[in-house]
Amino acid sequence: MSARDDVLARVRASLTDVTEPDGPVTNWAYGQPTPMADVVARFDQTVTDYKATVVRCPAAEVTREVVRGLAETGAHSVVLPAGCDEQLRRTLEMAADLTVRVDDGSLTAADLDATDAVVTASAVGIAETGTIVLDHGPGQGRRALSLVPDRHICVVRSSDVVSDVPEAVARLAASVRDGRPLTWISGPSATSDIELSRVEGVHGPRHLWVILVDG
Amino acid sequence: MTATQQPPRDKDGRLTPAPPEWTTRPAPPFPEAAIKGLENQVQRANLRHATGTIRAKRARVVAEVDNWQDLRAAGEAIKNRTLRHLDQHLETLEASLTRAGATVHWARDAADANRLIVDLVKATGEREVTKVKSMVTQEIGMNEALEEAGIAAWETDLAELIVQLGHDFPSHILVPAIHRNRGEIREIFREEMGVYGTPAPEGLSEQPPELAGAARTHLRNKFLRTKVAISGANFAVAETGTLVVVESEGNGRMNLTLPETLISVVGIEKVLPTVADLEVFLRLLPRSSTGERMNPYTSMWSGPTEGDGPQNVHVILLDNGRTNALKDPKGREALRCIRCSACLNICPVYERVGGHAYGSVYPGPIGAILNPQLRGVDNPIDKSLPFASSLCGACAEVCPVKIPIADLLVHERHRVVEEKKRHQVNQFEPAMMKAASWVMADHKHLEAAGTASSLAGKLLPIRTIGPLPGPLSRWTQNRDVPMVPAQTFRQWWQENRGSKENHDERA
Repeated sequence: MSARDDVLARVRASLTDVTEPDGPVTNWAYGQPTPMADVVARFDQTVTDYKATVVRCPAAEVTREVVRGLAETGAHSVVLPAGCDEQLRRTLEMAADLTVRVDDGSLTAADLDATDAVVTASAVGIAETGTIVLDHGPGQGRRALSLVPDRHICVVRSSDVVSDVPEAVARLAASVRDGRPLTWISGPSATSDIELSRVEGVHGPRHLWVILVDG
Repeated sequence: MTATQQPPRDKDGRLTPAPPEWTTRPAPPFPEAAIKGLENQVQRANLRHATGTIRAKRARVVAEVDNWQDLRAAGEAIKNRTLRHLDQHLETLEASLTRAGATVHWARDAADANRLIVDLVKATGEREVTKVKSMVTQEIGMNEALEEAGIAAWETDLAELIVQLGHDFPSHILVPAIHRNRGEIREIFREEMGVYGTPAPEGLSEQPPELAGAARTHLRNKFLRTKVAISGANFAVAETGTLVVVESEGNGRMNLTLPETLISVVGIEKVLPTVADLEVFLRLLPRSSTGERMNPYTSMWSGPTEGDGPQNVHVILLDNGRTNALKDPKGREALRCIRCSACLNICPVYERVGGHAYGSVYPGPIGAILNPQLRGVDNPIDKSLPFASSLCGACAEVCPVKIPIADLLVHERHRVVEEKKRHQVNQFEPAMMKAASWVMADHKHLEAAGTASSLAGKLLPIRTIGPLPGPLSRWTQNRDVPMVPAQTFRQWWQENRGSKENHDERA
């Protein structure tokens, strides 16, 4: 018998006491919001709690804030995902002492390792937990982009911020069903493995700079 | 390194640090191993500090969630429902994974799984792999199986790296190097990093940021060149064939993203029916384990994604004793475990003896029930584990999926003595454990037993009971058995502290 048939046969033999089908799922109501006064303000606060920088601005100032974020985190080279904002790309390419690479899929891990920063969009923000979710759609880049460079400048639209995990999962379910990978980011990379002292930055970006766009 | 090149070997002729000598022998049963743990002063101090800190953090973030008890009930219900029809959910998972472009393999046991992994790695021509921290790959002894096959497996979680380079064994599910302090870690890094890769920087201090920095440099080189990675999964969604890994450092993301081939070993109890179910577990897990609202990184993937991440994606669905646990309708409850380690951090026994005493990759209260369930109770370690507890019940209270750990410990004790009964004539112990199991199963039983025994306390004017007869005499050789009090604790509580409302709620 194949291992597959063997394991499934053992599972069935172990469950002979279960004769009736499952009833309704649970008493749990899926996708419910968590009550809070101002989801965007809470998101700002919880992301800041994780020692990330949060900057709030109107849509017209995003490009200026990206340039400021790159300068403040000391980045001299930046990678932009395919499908990123055209105006942003042109502005960054004109900036002095900044090398801009646009990811066409040919950049190797070593290329990314030699790049200081990445600028991405995002799919969802979660206020209660201070989490940003990328579903790696246009402007968000493939997964390695927001991982290997040491500084991640991430643009989050206020309209994409939800109260808590249940609302976020409901909003992201379509991406998962489409087979898209998801990356959930809560603050910079961190470890507490040495005597439980929290150290920011092990393998992922050590700086997370969030631009929270009104509207 | 090209595929044809032989990887470097250390002075023992090994590709990776040898595990501690004591893990190659059969582990001693808990009472013996516990004494060794108790004598380790450094470990005891580290554990007291660490578990105390995590306990407090967990309590704080759990208190933030208004519907925490509803969440736990939902977690329990979803897991129960899934386990009761596990065959159907596994078939759905297999179909979804295949549709998503992953290759699904099945493994009856550790030997099956390791054979599959060795063959899959060999097929790539690579001699080196990197790993996401995973309990299941430790459970099957994968690193040693790969070493024997001439393949070096590198731990990339900081704590696991400390353990691996320290020729040591993990002692905690979540913080495997919890028993080590910064001075010890510095010494391990200075002595061992250079043997297997990028050495620790000159003048490395004991400061955690410097130590983490040394690990970053040491591992980055491996991440950038490794073509095969191995992971476990925290959850596997049947509906979509999506695997989920939660982590903090980004080493998980490195492994899941940069290599060409990804092999994930998934215990068959990890399956969740739908994407929506994730909302429950992604709230329960981080708060219960690290005491954070959310862990820094969570990755989800369903097979390969064109132009992004590994293009060869393999998933091994592993039994390795899980169907033994499934067979026992009571023991089945242990399979709800999501490996958060809240029960370890609250356990007074674990805090004093440390994780190594449990003789298994699953230490603490959950290990004391999971190991005998997975491996049976016919060897000395697993026979001793159900007794490695004071039955104080704190573990069950913090368990995010409401595993009644103390009840299951009593259930396992009963199984152990039943097993013993088949080999010896002593009939007293099984009967006693069976009676204890009945008493602990329901609060009404416990109250009735309490009332009955307190009658003796009211009637007899003595303070201690003398030596007990028969098999119990060994216990009373060194102990006085106090006389049963005239009143049970529950009666006392009701009279002195309990309010009417509480009582009504219970009834």
